[in-house]
Amino acid sequence: MNQILTIGGRQFRSYFNGPVAYIVICIVMLTLGFFFWNTFFLYGRASAREMFRWLGLILVFSLPALTMGLLAEEKRTGTIELLITMPVTEAQVILGKFIGVVGLYAVLLLLTLPYPISVSTLGHLDWGPVWSGYLGLLLQGSAVLAIGLMASSWTDNQLIALFVALTLSVFFWVLDKFLALLPTNAASALEWLSFDYHFQSMARGVVDLRDVIFFVSVTVFALALAFRALESRRWS
Amino acid sequence: MTDVMIDARDLTKHYGAVTALKNATFQVHRGEVVGFLGPNGAGKTTTMKILTCFIAPSGGTARVGGADIFEDPIAVREAIGYLPESTPLYTEMLVLEYLEFVGKMRGLSGAGLQARLRRVVEETSLGDVIGKAIGELSKGFRQRVGLAQALIHEPPVLILDEPMSGLDPNQASEIRELIRDIGRERTVILSTHNLSEVRVTCGRVLIISQGEIVADDTPEELAARGGKPRFVATLRQNGHSSADIRAAFSAIGESQSVKDHATAGEVIVEVVPKGGEDLRADIFQAAVSANLVLLGLEQHDENLEDIFRQLTTGAGASS
Repeated sequence: MNQILTIGGRQFRSYFNGPVAYIVICIVMLTLGFFFWNTFFLYGRASAREMFRWLGLILVFSLPALTMGLLAEEKRTGTIELLITMPVTEAQVILGKFIGVVGLYAVLLLLTLPYPISVSTLGHLDWGPVWSGYLGLLLQGSAVLAIGLMASSWTDNQLIALFVALTLSVFFWVLDKFLALLPTNAASALEWLSFDYHFQSMARGVVDLRDVIFFVSVTVFALALAFRALESRRWS
Repeated sequence: MTDVMIDARDLTKHYGAVTALKNATFQVHRGEVVGFLGPNGAGKTTTMKILTCFIAPSGGTARVGGADIFEDPIAVREAIGYLPESTPLYTEMLVLEYLEFVGKMRGLSGAGLQARLRRVVEETSLGDVIGKAIGELSKGFRQRVGLAQALIHEPPVLILDEPMSGLDPNQASEIRELIRDIGRERTVILSTHNLSEVRVTCGRVLIISQGEIVADDTPEELAARGGKPRFVATLRQNGHSSADIRAAFSAIGESQSVKDHATAGEVIVEVVPKGGEDLRADIFQAAVSANLVLLGLEQHDENLEDIFRQLTTGAGASS
């Protein structure tokens, strides 16, 4: 456990030594600010629901930038060799990396807290959906980050990792947007696989255990595949 | 010695259709500094990656510090300090920050970690750059950071992949000193292309060629295999003819030859002994009795190079 936290801590701190984390944070805050306040006064409602609607989408597009280098860059520069030859298992390396990037993501979510706080000064804000929305963001974000880490474990090229992660996470987000074109059976199955379908109910204030289990399953599955990819190096 | 620290048996590694390593078997004992010698692509790095459990062999197995690389890779890694080729480090980290990270990964903490940090920083003379980012350091300092991270947990076994490559002669000699100091108490395997390096640093040489170990001996024994050493004397000519000079040394050794030196008025005499005997005193005496001024006298055994060439170009690859 100590080693997982040591790897995670190093990863977390290293984000602040490079530009990527700052760029991602800036882009997320700027686009969120634009989309949120653009329509906020039009609705005339003291609700943070719109923030979660936008944030869910923005993060699906921006989080892969945080994960692209996690393993790909270590493989490119060869530092992976020193990391793996320390007394740690591949699983510990994967979990440490994941904790490191989730830590940065948590900081990013904290930075959005001024939005609901300022909304609450403008009118009566129901904080219930805000907390469930944040839980939803954390869960959906974890799934996107795990997918990104998995993509990063497949290549030593950050750009490839970025595009694979983007394609996969946007695919899962967009799944429930084309349901009208499909037969009912397929539609309900696809809807169930969609990130946005599970996330939106949380953003409305409904915490359904099934939604939680969905995101946790996707996260665990992606991390397991990343573990397999990292381990397969030994036998190649 | 019964302290076998590294015991490799029949290590074989295939990358697809390419065989990088074929039945490599060797043992390294406690307190030995072993040089791993071979041309590029001979399998040195592959062997090191197998011993550190970064990759698994396709066949055979190895034990490091008593632990098997398949059964207990964590124990193997704990026993090893490793410096991979080209010293990959997190360049954005500060030297101290990085060494602390490695120390923690190696299970050190608190006062124990601080004490070890002070010790390795002193051993590798990193005191002046401890607060700098690794990316800002010169190659020599980076190499020392690499060595410091390998030493931090006082491992009984050190595996160093080309620790001296790319260093200038001053840096190389410092690192060599350091490795020799380390090798007094620990087991060291280092790979290199540099033969003089091996002679100075290593008590034993393993020559590897096309994935096979073709020689395993001390540098001296190995050099002796290639033939006899030569003694090279530089003399002031002082009007003596080459024939006279040659005659003066005719009683010594097996054969003699006289060549002009690049500097005018000086000649070089090369004497090859009959056996492995040391002829330096005889050459001096002969020069004195022939009234020749002896300017320099050296023993040349480039034979390690010869034997290396023989063994790694296929001519002697059967031994």
